[in-house]
Amino acid sequence: MFRRTTPTDCSFLWEGREVPGQAGESLAAALLAAGILAFRETPVSGAARGPLCLMGACFDCLVEVDGAQNQQACMTPVRAGMRVSMQRGARHFDSEDAA
Amino acid sequence: MRATLATMERYDVAIIGGGMVGTAIGFGCAEGGARVVVLDEGDVALRAARGNFGLVWGQSKGDGMPPYAEWTRLSIRMWPQLAARVSALAGRDVHYRNSGGLNFCLDAQEWEARRAFVHRRHNEGYGTLRLLDRAELLELMPGCPLGPRVIGASFDPADGHADPLTLLRGMHAGLRAAGGQHWPGAAVQAIEASGDGYRITREDGAVVQAGKVVVAAGVATTRIAAMVGLDVPVRPVRGQNIVTERLAPILPLPASAIRQTGDGTVQIGVTSEDDGILETPTTTAALAKMAARAILVLPALAEARMVRGWAALRPMTPDGFPAYAESATHPGCFVAVCHSGVTLAAAHAGPLAAGILAGALPDFARDLHPRRFIGRTGNSEAHV
Repeated sequence: MFRRTTPTDCSFLWEGREVPGQAGESLAAALLAAGILAFRETPVSGAARGPLCLMGACFDCLVEVDGAQNQQACMTPVRAGMRVSMQRGARHFDSEDAA
Repeated sequence: MRATLATMERYDVAIIGGGMVGTAIGFGCAEGGARVVVLDEGDVALRAARGNFGLVWGQSKGDGMPPYAEWTRLSIRMWPQLAARVSALAGRDVHYRNSGGLNFCLDAQEWEARRAFVHRRHNEGYGTLRLLDRAELLELMPGCPLGPRVIGASFDPADGHADPLTLLRGMHAGLRAAGGQHWPGAAVQAIEASGDGYRITREDGAVVQAGKVVVAAGVATTRIAAMVGLDVPVRPVRGQNIVTERLAPILPLPASAIRQTGDGTVQIGVTSEDDGILETPTTTAALAKMAARAILVLPALAEARMVRGWAALRPMTPDGFPAYAESATHPGCFVAVCHSGVTLAAAHAGPLAAGILAGALPDFARDLHPRRFIGRTGNSEAHV
């Protein structure tokens, strides 16, 4: 669906597999460029969702980044080696804040 | 749209105000067989129905005004049926949960004040309200991560909460399904006796003829009720709200100023800014204070992201209780104003709408007539 026009310079992990990116670009853009459309599963029905507004307003692109839940992929810059996974359901405090 | 007398639309009932109160009455009248139009202002309207907290709540209502407490409890008893109807009409669950409601106490002073309040409500005949200490609270909500400052709460098993936007959407859908019309877009300019009813003119030139008129115009009620000879002092009292990101279940019961919605967001309220200003800004100071108290109740919320803060204006009478009346000078013209449009939605769509169609307001309305405001200034009821 999307095609990169400039070369990538790093990589990060999506659901445990390596995805190419440009350091500093929007994480949502990097995932879309890699053909990934489903970023999260909703807390209400579990249906898959992906980015809609790409400008920080819609909260449809939520992902988990290095253990932090409910992060807006469109507002998160890509860093080499970051670990990103789907946001599955609502944010859980118990797993996150026990640390 | 401009209509001449010959072509103007004729209705049995014209409701002025398409918010929580006007829509409930219009929905009820349309279901009762009347030809109804709901005249609504445009997007500039200061809609209290965009700021409802969503509690379906009796414990704080009608202290010092038993007829209002009775009216509130009647509406709460009718809510399960309303919830099923509006969920079907809206095409989505209104998330009504009548699991009981709480008002948290965070120190000994609040606990003593709450104890006195519960005692007073009992003396007024409100027997279901009781105090729970911390141990009883945790028994009621096993595993709820209450902060150490929570020493107890008042608890009313009849209280609950619902999603106010779905409620409004469902009632609007019900109005349309019963043949009623909704005309948004402009404020009402004049109401004049005409033929066997009233002729209503809007600022956009639209004209409507109606047998009965119901003024349910929120903070604009005073101006419009005066057109039909009713003196109803209403002032705006601002309330600010916070909503967080969606969270896994953390608070099973709704409470005054903090509830977790059916979708998982935590809604935090709420201020009562009585400055008379018809604007809806939020202030960092108020939002911070609200958030700080919420964090004392549920410390985990310190990590939660606030998605949005907003404010709305409650229509407040001098004593804080609702006002309902039929005009003595303009028979067939009614007023209905309150700041509990969600809790009272079932009573407004039911017995109030039926009373308006029958031309006689229900009994409770006698004590809630705005004539009680003549020559007095009262203290506002505490509200949630």
